[in-house]
Amino acid sequence: MRLKIPILRLLLYGCLLVAAISFIYPFLWMIGAAFAPSHELAKMRIWPAHPTWSNFASMIQKIPIGRSLVNSLLVATATTLLVMATGSMVGYALARMRFRGRQLIFYIIVFTMSLPFQITLIPNYITMVHLHLVDSFSALIIPFAVSAFAILMFRQAFQGLPQALIDAARLDGCNELEIIFRILWPNIKPVLVTVAILSFIGSWNEVLWPLIVIRNEQLMTMPQLVTLFAVGGRADSQLGVKIAAAVLLALPVMIAFLFFQKHFIQSMASTGLKD
Amino acid sequence: MKKKFLPYLLVSPYLLFLTVFVLFPVLFCFFLTFHKWNIIAPMHFIGTDNYTRLIHDRLFRKAIGNTLKFLLLHIPLQLVVSLFLAQLLNQKIGAISFFRASFFMPVIVSGVVVTILWQQLFAYDTGMFNRVLTTFGISKVGWLVSPNIAIYSIAVMATWKNVGLYVILFLVGLQTVPTQYYEAAKLEGATPWQQFYHITLPMINPTIFLVVVLSTIGGFSLFIEPYIMTGGGPLNQTLSAVLYMYKQAFQFYNMGYSATLGFFYALMIMTVVLLQKKFIEKEE
Repeated sequence: MRLKIPILRLLLYGCLLVAAISFIYPFLWMIGAAFAPSHELAKMRIWPAHPTWSNFASMIQKIPIGRSLVNSLLVATATTLLVMATGSMVGYALARMRFRGRQLIFYIIVFTMSLPFQITLIPNYITMVHLHLVDSFSALIIPFAVSAFAILMFRQAFQGLPQALIDAARLDGCNELEIIFRILWPNIKPVLVTVAILSFIGSWNEVLWPLIVIRNEQLMTMPQLVTLFAVGGRADSQLGVKIAAAVLLALPVMIAFLFFQKHFIQSMASTGLKD
Repeated sequence: MKKKFLPYLLVSPYLLFLTVFVLFPVLFCFFLTFHKWNIIAPMHFIGTDNYTRLIHDRLFRKAIGNTLKFLLLHIPLQLVVSLFLAQLLNQKIGAISFFRASFFMPVIVSGVVVTILWQQLFAYDTGMFNRVLTTFGISKVGWLVSPNIAIYSIAVMATWKNVGLYVILFLVGLQTVPTQYYEAAKLEGATPWQQFYHITLPMINPTIFLVVVLSTIGGFSLFIEPYIMTGGGPLNQTLSAVLYMYKQAFQFYNMGYSATLGFFYALMIMTVVLLQKKFIEKEE
C-alpha cells in the first residue's frame, strides 16, 4: 500500500514524528531535569544551562542506591538463570519424553497460566513468613524461579528439534541434563534470548512483591528503594533528587534496549502472540 | 527403573512450584476468606463475616468503580492509538526501526520511572501540561488533584506506557492480511474505509481481543501508579483494586479480608475475560 501522493507521505511522516517525540521527549526531559539545579527545574528546556551532579550526590547520601543496583542485578540474574534451567528441564520432559500424566501437566500449565495473581498474593506472603524468608533474596527469587511461559516456550522449541540430535548425544554417553544444556541449548538460541530478556526485565521491574516481602533497606531492589524514596518524605520534596533516582533506575534498561532493541521487541511481542 | 522416574524428576521443579505457589495459595486464599487474622495473633474463624463486609464495603465498590472508569478510557484509547500507529508503520516507510523503538521505550522501562516522570508532567503548578495550557491562556487542570479527573489521567499515562507493545502486536496482525484481499476490494471499488472495516478489522480480531484482555487484566492489576502518584486519593477516586488489597493487608493487617478481596477480584477478572471472549472473539 505505497502512498503515491507526496503530501500524504509528508503527513504520514509528520504523524509518526509527533508520536515518536511524544514517547521520547519526556525521557529526555527527565534526564536533563536530573542534572538541573532546583531553580532551573521549572523550565521546559531539555538540557539545563548550569548542569550539576548535586541531585545525584544528595541521593547517594540519602539512600543506598548503589547497593540496591547490585541487589537488583543479583536477583534478576539468579531468577533468570533459574527460570531458564527449570523451564528447559520441564519443557524437555514434556516435549521429548513419554510418561503418564504428561498431557495432564501440560494442560495444568496452560490453565494455571491465566490465574490472576490477586488470588495468590496474600497466601504467598504468608508462605514467605512461615518459611522465614521475609527479608531475604530467596523471597524475591524462589517464587519466580519457575515460569509457565518459559516452560511452554522451551517445550515448543524442543519439539521442533530432530530426534537424531538426541540419539547421537545419547550414543556418546550424554545424560539427559547434558543433552538439554550442552547439545540442545546451542540449537535454540533465539528462545534462550527471549526467555532471558523476559525474565530479566520482569524481575528487574517487579515492585509490588518486593514492597511486601522486603523491609530491610540494605536488601531492597532498585525499583522498591526508588518507590519508597519517592513516596516517603526523604526526598524532602526535592524534585530533582527524585528524578535523579528515576533516571538511575531507567538507565540500565534503556542502555540494554538501545543495543538489543530488536530482541527486546521480538521477545515482548512473543508473550502476546503465543496464545 | 531409573529411566521410568527420570521424566518425573525433570518435571519435579514445576510440580513443586505448582503445589507451593499455585495450588496451596488458591486453597489457602479460600480458607482465609472465612477467617480474621492479623498474622501475629491466632486465626479466628468468623464464618461469612468477610463476605457480608465485602458486600457493604463502600471502598470495595469504589475500587471496582475506579477500575471500570479506568478501563472505560484506557481500552478504547489503547485500541485507537495503537491501531492508528500500526497502520502508519505498515506503510512502506523509512526509519521504521527508529519509530518502533521510540514507541516501545516506555514498555520496557519500569512503571516506577514512568509514574515519577508523569507525576511531574501532571503537577498542578509546575507540570508541563499545565504550563502549556497557561501559555495558551487556558486555565490549569488538576490532573491528579481533581477527584473527577485523576483516574482518567492515570488511564492516559497507562496508555502511553503500554501502547508500544500493542503497536507491535497490531503490526504483526496487519502483516498477516493477504494483500490480494485489498487488491480485490479495490477492483470492486471499495473505499479505504470500507477496506479497513470489512477486511482489516475482521482479520485482526484476535489481536483486538488480546489487547482488550491484556488491558483489562492491567486495569485490575493497577498498583504502583496510584501508590506513588496519589496514594489512592483524592477522596479515594484513584484507589485501585490491588492498592486496596495492599492497604487492607499491610496497613490494617486484615489478612483474611484482603484475601477475600483478592479472591473476588480474581473471580471478577476471569468472568470479565470470559465475557469478552464471548462478545469480541469471532469464530473464523
